[in-house]
Amino acid sequence: MVAMSTTIITITRQALLARKEVWMTLVTLLLLAAALIGIGLYGALSQQSFVMLMMGLELMLNGVMLAAVAFWALSGAGAPEGQLLTIIVMAVMAIEMAMGFALVVAVYRGKQADMTEALSELKQ
Amino acid sequence: MNHGILVDIAFLLLAVLAVVSGWRVFRTDSMVRASFFLLLSFIAVGAIMLLLAAEYLGVAMFFMMGVEMMVMALFMVMFMMNPAGLNPMVMVHQHRISMGAGVTAFLVLGLMALLTRFPNRPLPAGLEPVASLGHEMLGGSMLIFESAAVVLLATMIGVVVLSSHRGRYGAANEGSLPPGLAPGGDPAGKPKEDQDGGHEHHHHHHH
Repeated sequence: MVAMSTTIITITRQALLARKEVWMTLVTLLLLAAALIGIGLYGALSQQSFVMLMMGLELMLNGVMLAAVAFWALSGAGAPEGQLLTIIVMAVMAIEMAMGFALVVAVYRGKQADMTEALSELKQ
Repeated sequence: MNHGILVDIAFLLLAVLAVVSGWRVFRTDSMVRASFFLLLSFIAVGAIMLLLAAEYLGVAMFFMMGVEMMVMALFMVMFMMNPAGLNPMVMVHQHRISMGAGVTAFLVLGLMALLTRFPNRPLPAGLEPVASLGHEMLGGSMLIFESAAVVLLATMIGVVVLSSHRGRYGAANEGSLPPGLAPGGDPAGKPKEDQDGGHEHHHHHHH
């Protein structure tokens, strides 16, 4: 397993350094990230269940992390801050999940519901 | 052997997998299955990170998202009315606006990616991605890294406070009623005899 992934990584790095890819470019990577962010935004806005809403947010952060790594690898000359930014986004993701689940528990205790509509009185 | 073609094929497959499974998250009846679709999307993106030589981040993505999505699936089973997807289910609101916002976000971000000229500066030949990340985290950016740790600690405390049985003014589920089956209707599954009480519910004993 380790040997296999090492081989894959070695092959990829050789290919990256040789710049032979036609498809895996910064533009296609950013388009993929934009698609993930778009789908995530749709989910975060359209879902009624809190946990599904959080899944939308996670998908958006997925796209953000991909874009950060793509910039780091193809446009940032491997500056270590690019990787650090991705780590920070991962930490934000963990915080969002933990606080989101705690809020779901708190809302469920108070309202016995897990839907955003149950909190409509907050609008007043 | 031209390895570039292999990398390209892998990238295209993973990109399709990431987008399709990301879309299927919101198009499945089972919420547990939705969390596994999301996991699939994360794993595809993690593998693309490996292709981009971000070895540590790609592998960290696998581990972190594996655990996170298992927690999510457990939550689905605990709280959701239909975690197994035995009934068809659509739980959406403001569907058209959301669809429009998602498509607009994709188009605007995609146009920016297509129209902007980004500098072409690939990874230098001798770069060790993991070592350079470690030196950065425990060197120049140590303050940022440590701040993240403090924020995580604050999150842990906040999560315990929020999800505790004991609320700030007594039991957290005091006076809690299930929502009505229709908007503004009587609480679902509640016996009729309790309706004379009005706001007197706090006289009942709660465990």
